Amino acid sequence: MVGPGRTRRRAPPGAAPAMNCRAEVLEVSVEGRQVEEAMLAVLHTILLHRSTGKFHYKKEGTYSIGTVGTQDVDCDFIDFAYVRVSSEELDRALRKAVGEFKDALRSSGSDGMGQISLEFYQKKKSRWPFSDECIPWELWTIKVNVVNLANEQERQICREKVGEKLCEKIINIVEVMNRHEYLPKMPTQSEVDNVFDTSLKDVQPYLYKISYQITDSLGTSVTTTMRRLIKDTLAL
Amino acid sequence: MSKDLIRLPVLYFRLPYAMDTDLSSQDRKDLDKFIKFFALKTVQVIVQARLGEKICTRSSSSPTGSDWFNLAIKDIPEVTHEAKKALAGQLPAVGRSMCVEISLKTSEGDSMELEIWCLEMNEKCDKEIKVSYTVYNRLSLLLKSLLAITRVTPAYRLSRKQGHEYVILYRIYFGEVQLSGLGEGFQTVRVGTVGTPVGTITLSCAYRINLAFMSTRQFERTPPIMGIIIDHFVDRPYPSSSPMHPCNYRAGEDNGAVYPSVEDSQEVCTTSFSTSPPSQLSSSRLSYQPAALGVGSADMGYPVLFAGGLNAAHPHQLIGPGKEGGIPPVPSQPAHGTQADQERMCTPLDGVHYSAATPSSSEDTETVSNSSEGKCGSPHDLLETIFIRKVGAFVNKPINQVTMANLDIPFAMFAPKNVELEDNDPMVNPPDSPETESPLQGSLHSEGSSGSSTGNTHDDFVMIDFKPAFSKDDILPMDLGTFYREFQNPPQLSSLSIDIGAQSMAEDLDSLPEKLAVHEKNVKEFDAFVETLQ
Repeated sequence: MVGPGRTRRRAPPGAAPAMNCRAEVLEVSVEGRQVEEAMLAVLHTILLHRSTGKFHYKKEGTYSIGTVGTQDVDCDFIDFAYVRVSSEELDRALRKAVGEFKDALRSSGSDGMGQISLEFYQKKKSRWPFSDECIPWELWTIKVNVVNLANEQERQICREKVGEKLCEKIINIVEVMNRHEYLPKMPTQSEVDNVFDTSLKDVQPYLYKISYQITDSLGTSVTTTMRRLIKDTLAL
Repeated sequence: MSKDLIRLPVLYFRLPYAMDTDLSSQDRKDLDKFIKFFALKTVQVIVQARLGEKICTRSSSSPTGSDWFNLAIKDIPEVTHEAKKALAGQLPAVGRSMCVEISLKTSEGDSMELEIWCLEMNEKCDKEIKVSYTVYNRLSLLLKSLLAITRVTPAYRLSRKQGHEYVILYRIYFGEVQLSGLGEGFQTVRVGTVGTPVGTITLSCAYRINLAFMSTRQFERTPPIMGIIIDHFVDRPYPSSSPMHPCNYRAGEDNGAVYPSVEDSQEVCTTSFSTSPPSQLSSSRLSYQPAALGVGSADMGYPVLFAGGLNAAHPHQLIGPGKEGGIPPVPSQPAHGTQADQERMCTPLDGVHYSAATPSSSEDTETVSNSSEGKCGSPHDLLETIFIRKVGAFVNKPINQVTMANLDIPFAMFAPKNVELEDNDPMVNPPDSPETESPLQGSLHSEGSSGSSTGNTHDDFVMIDFKPAFSKDDILPMDLGTFYREFQNPPQLSSLSIDIGAQSMAEDLDSLPEKLAVHEKNVKEFDAFVETLQ
């Protein structure tokens, strides 16, 4: 069992990467035009909790942490507002991923079921010729069911209902975050890129990957839209 | 932990290799400081989330030294001042919780508690946890959770729409948590906990839920009653309670008392730890001045159907010098550290809905009618915003007791009154095909009812909030939704109704021979006229 302050057990190469990985699943039913905002709300809320200020290392193994700003975002298609980290780069990255997910959902067919996953991982350097290992430590999966509504009245009701559902999801996320379960140990300067995404200029989220799957009407993931957006600089 | 690491303006973290298990005096001091500033930041986050505005702070890659918990949370000096007063040098401990009460107060003076946020400490200690590293980071995480949770409770949406009809107030007290004002069946949400060597800090919120039924629908549809000015410094009738403050901040207005900044030389060793002076929060006075009716305001576009019920002699309004209306403000000697009394304003709280007075003031009616020119409320608005004479605040009378005829509204004649209109409408129910000789005669005598059951639409009608996409109501006086609602049921154009058209055509045809005779008589005149044109 991996935990802070204890000796890390080395996983043999090729072992299942899902070891010791905390997994949470959220489900939402939304209208097509609400997909983007709902996904952004959830992903931003998770990343708000999984981002710190930029680390500045000093001598003697000390470091200081920058400041994370926040901002309110109002949704246009949902009666809902959420808080996100004030980082345009991070917002752009999430919007790009969610946009692709939304397009894939739309083009998949009328049933519109899919899931988007946000995985936090640590990199473990391996000696040549093995490539670096990515060990996930937290996996969030958001299952989306797209509904089609017939008229404006139903859409209005959906606005409110989805808003209420998202409130519940935020509470769920906060509950998980405050269990204070495993978090990677704070790294030394040489190891910081194995734990955090240091490519952003204003904030520093833990290393993360976003991927998605579209389910066809048979309920199986037979479509070939498994894509990964790799956020670390050592993408292969 | 080296002392130098803590005293510097920027908090330096040492990588966690130390294995201290006993709480040193330095750790104890640090922990107390963390808890104190955590409490102050908690209050700031909660109150700022109820200001009714979107909050935005910037990230900074370099530590500024004044951002506690590595989060950019601005400090409103007045709020910090109130929080410090409530704490009075103490810290949350077992049995002594810091509470922030959020309540709603209508322009008539009725108030209702919406939420109580509690920062509590229990006896469960975590002796092994590292204070300046783990506790600090977890407190930072807890503040982020608080930022997220403050946006999902029902009071957030209400606070975003505060304005003419109601305002949101906050009150900070220290001691025992008082939840009785939240009504029955209130819900609680736990924001999070952080274990420390001296106890476990818990942050939670208890919120009223019957609010969810009235939520923002009622408050959106009710028209502005009257602009009121809440004078923060007017004396209030309950000097023993800790004061309520409006959660509505307008920077740069009025000169009020200047509150001392958060800098406290005893708390922090260097001035860098003081709160960064926020650029736009230059005024220290929280004053609320919504525009009065007749003056340009973002809310003026709402269908102002009812004049304000504010009388100058309303018992709950406290007139300050030169201002009308008021909200109980800060007394000069607030109670310190003692259990604050409940602040209540005669509100029966069970299963109640918001209601307001019918028009009473003639002055207000004039102003109202000026601003409501050309506006007519849709019948659905009227049904929703039935204003009943107050029997007790928030008591809902059955809607069927009030009929359209009783409502004194402008342009009432345009409001589609009831189902019958649709039944008689030949556009909806086309006349039966004529069986008499003249096709026109048949249509003239049609009954107009072909048995369509359009009358049931009203029964099935669901009142929902109409929010058209891409329309924001903070820019234009009247938003798209309001416009759409108002003009959803315009009156039938007279030229479009078939029977009237048919009637006039029949008349025309009958009068045709006479007209021809007249024209033939005046042939010479016509010819002369035509020649002048050539």
